[in-house]
Amino acid sequence: MKNEPREIGYLTYDVLKEKIGLPSKERLAKGPVAIIECTEDIPCDPCVEACKLGAISKESLITPPTIDYEKCTGCTLCVDVCPGLAIFVINVNYKEEKALVSIPYEMLPVPERREKVDTLDRSGKKIGEGEIIKVRRGKRETFVVSVAVDKNLATEARSIKIQKEENE
Amino acid sequence: MGTIQRIWRHPILDFKRGRSVRFQFEGKRIEGYENESIAVALFASGVKVFGRSRRFNHPMGWFCGIGKCSSCLMRVNGIPNVRTCITPVREGMRVELQGRKGVLPDEPNIKVKKKEEYVRVLIIGSGPAGLETGITSTKLGLDTLIIDENPIPGGQLIKQTHKFFGSKKEYAGLRGFEIAKTMLEGLRKCGGRYLTETSAIGYYWKNKKHKFLAVQKQEDGYQLLEIKADNIVVTSGASENYLPFPRNYLPGVYGAGGVQTLMNVYGVKPGNKALIVGAGNVGLIIGYQLLQAGVEVKALIEAMPHVGGYLVHASKLARLGVPILLRHTIKEAKGEEYVNGATIIEVDENKQPIEGTERKLDVDLILIAVGLSASTKILSQAGCEKMFVQELGGWIPIHNENMETTIDGIYVAGDGSGIAEASTAMLEGRIAGAAIAEREGYNPEDARRIREDAFSELSKLRQSSSLKIVAEGKRKCQQRWNEVKSHEK
Ligand SMILES: Cc1cc2nc3c(=O)[nH]c(=O)nc-3n(C[C@H](O)[C@H](O)[C@H](O)COP(=O)(O)OP(=O)(O)OC[C@H]3O[C@@H](n4cnc5c(N)ncnc54)[C@H](O)[C@@H]3O)c2cc1C
Ligand code: SF4
Ligand code: SF4
Ligand code: FES
Repeated sequence: MKNEPREIGYLTYDVLKEKIGLPSKERLAKGPVAIIECTEDIPCDPCVEACKLGAISKESLITPPTIDYEKCTGCTLCVDVCPGLAIFVINVNYKEEKALVSIPYEMLPVPERREKVDTLDRSGKKIGEGEIIKVRRGKRETFVVSVAVDKNLATEARSIKIQKEENE
Repeated sequence: MGTIQRIWRHPILDFKRGRSVRFQFEGKRIEGYENESIAVALFASGVKVFGRSRRFNHPMGWFCGIGKCSSCLMRVNGIPNVRTCITPVREGMRVELQGRKGVLPDEPNIKVKKKEEYVRVLIIGSGPAGLETGITSTKLGLDTLIIDENPIPGGQLIKQTHKFFGSKKEYAGLRGFEIAKTMLEGLRKCGGRYLTETSAIGYYWKNKKHKFLAVQKQEDGYQLLEIKADNIVVTSGASENYLPFPRNYLPGVYGAGGVQTLMNVYGVKPGNKALIVGAGNVGLIIGYQLLQAGVEVKALIEAMPHVGGYLVHASKLARLGVPILLRHTIKEAKGEEYVNGATIIEVDENKQPIEGTERKLDVDLILIAVGLSASTKILSQAGCEKMFVQELGGWIPIHNENMETTIDGIYVAGDGSGIAEASTAMLEGRIAGAAIAEREGYNPEDARRIREDAFSELSKLRQSSSLKIVAEGKRKCQQRWNEVKSHEK
C-alpha cells in the first residue's frame, strides 16, 4: 500500500480519514474541534480522563481512542496531556481566510504571540508561514501553541519552526 | 571536534547543579559540579578520550554511562579501574588515565569496612520494577532493602523526559523522571529503604540463607556489605545491544541510554550533529530528546522497511523535519580520535547493503539504539537456569508467573526477566513483592488480592500488539519452568 504510515514514519490525511474519520464539513464550520492522530493500540488512556465533556473514549485500554466530534468543543485541554503528542485542535472558522491550528510543543525557544513562524506538515516539510495567536503553558511543561494558517492548511499544518533571528 | 557544552536551558528539565568542585585530570585543573560523576565533568570540559583499548590501542570514551561497560576506567587517587561514570567528583581528586592495564600501587590506600545485614527481602536494582517490588513488600510488612549501583535511584526512568503511556495506576502521563520521583516518595512514605552506589557483586548460599556480597562506595573508601536475605528479587534491568561496523569504537559512537544519562540526568550536550541507528521506541524517543537538548538530528536510519516503535513517536520526529530513512544501515564511522562523520548505505530485503548507495553524513555523534538484552549475570552465580527466548530479547532467567526463578526464594522482574516496558515492569514487581508476602505469611489475603489484580492488568496490557510477543515469550518461559520443576521432583 502506498503511504503506509509505518513505512514512512507518519500519518497522512488520507489514512487518517480512513482510520479515525474526520469531522464533517458542518461540524468543522461550527468551530474548533480536536483531531486525535493516534491510530495504534497503545496501552494508554490519559486523553480519556482529560476531556471533562466525555468526548473521548476507549473501548479498552489497548484500543485506539475514538472521539465524539459533537461533544468536543475544541477546548485544547487534552492536547497537552496526551503523552504521544498526537492531539491537535483545528478551527477552520477562525477568520475569513485563516484557520487556527493548536499544536503541542516541547521545544525551545517557545514562540511568542504575534511571532511569524514556518508551518510544517506531518513529514516536516515547510508548507507555509503562520502567525502565533496564543501560547498556553499546559500540564507538565508542554505548551499548546495556536498558529493561524491559510485555511486550506488546517488539516496539514502540524508543526512549527521558529524562524532564525538575525542576531543569532 | 565540536565544542561540548553544558545545557543551561531545556524545555522540560531544570538542572540543579551542586557547588562547583575542582579536581585534577592528568595534572590539569578541571572544574565540575558536586553530584556529577567524574566522567561527566571530564566530558563537559571537552575530554572525550578516556583511555585506550588493550589490544588495538583504540581510543575509548564515554559509552554506557551506568557502570556496565568499563569504557571509562581510570586511576582515581592512585586506585586503578575506577568506573568514572558512576563515581562522583570530589574536591581535590586526582584523576589519571591509567594506561592499558590498571596497576595497583604497592600499598594501596583503600579503606574497606565490613558490615552485615539481614533482611526479609533484598531487591537488586531500583528501576520501576525494583521500586514497585519494594513498595509492595514493605507495605505488606516485610523488612525490605533495595540496592542500586548508580548514584541516583530510579533506573531507566530518571533519564526519560517524555510522558509515559499507560493508565493512571502506573503513572501514565507523568514524565519518566517524575515517575521515579513519585515512586521514591511512595517508598519513603511506607518506610522502605534503599542504598545507592551499592553494587551486588557475588552470591553465596550459606546457613540456609541467600547471601549477597555488595560493595558500597563511601566518601573515603568502600564498605563491603554482606546481606543475608530470605528472598531476593533481581530487577537489574537490561544492557544495550551493540552493532558491529568499522570504527564503532570511536568516542562519539554511544549507546542511546548512555547519552540519555549525559544529557538528561547531568545536562551535558553529547555532541552537535547526530545520526541515530534504530527506529524502535528507544531510537525514536532519543531523537526527540536530542532535539530538546539542542542537538541537530541529521537522520534516523533503520534497516527494516518500517519503523519498529509507535507511530506517534515517529510522527513527533518526522514533523520536526528529521529524516527517517528506512532500509538503511550504517557502513562506517569516520574519524581518528573522535567521530567526524558517518557513511550510511541502503539495504535490500535481506538487509544486505546495496553497493553504490552510500551517502556521507556530517555528524559528530552516532547513537546506537538497536535493542536491549536482559542483564542478570548475578543470577547465574546463584545457579538460576536460563533460556533463550527470542520474544523477550535473548537469554533470560527461567521464571514462573509469580516471577520466581528456578531457585527457591529468588525472583526476577522487569527488563531483567525479558525486555518489555515500564508499566509491565512495575506490575511484575508488584507480583513478585506480593508473592513473597503471601509465601511468608505477611498479610497473605491482601497479598493474594494484589497479586491477582496485577495478573489481570498484566494480561490486559499484553493483549496490545506491541506486547503480544512478550506474552508469547512469557508463556514459553512458564512452560519451561514447569518442566524444570517436574524434573526436580
Ligand atoms: C530511551 C528509552 C525510552 C523508554 N520509554 C519508555 C516508555 O515511554 N514507556 C515505557 O513504559 N517504557 C519505556 N522504556 C522502557 C523502560 O524504561 C524499561 O522497560 C524499564 O525501565 C525497566 O525497568 P527495570 O526496573 O526492569 O530496569 P531499569 O529501569 O533498567 O533499572 C535497573 C536498575 O538496576 C541497577 N543494577 C543493575 N545491576 C546491578 C547490580 N549488580 N547491583 C546493584 N544495582 C544494579 C541499575 O543501576 C538500574 O538502576 C524506555 C526505555 C528507554 C531506554
Ligand atoms: S478539545 Fe477539549 S472538548 Fe475536545 S476532546 Fe479535547 S478536552 Fe475534550
Ligand atoms: S493519550 Fe494520546 S497517545 Fe494515549 S491513547 Fe490518548 S491519544 Fe493516544
Ligand atoms: S562503565 Fe563507565 S561508561 Fe560504561
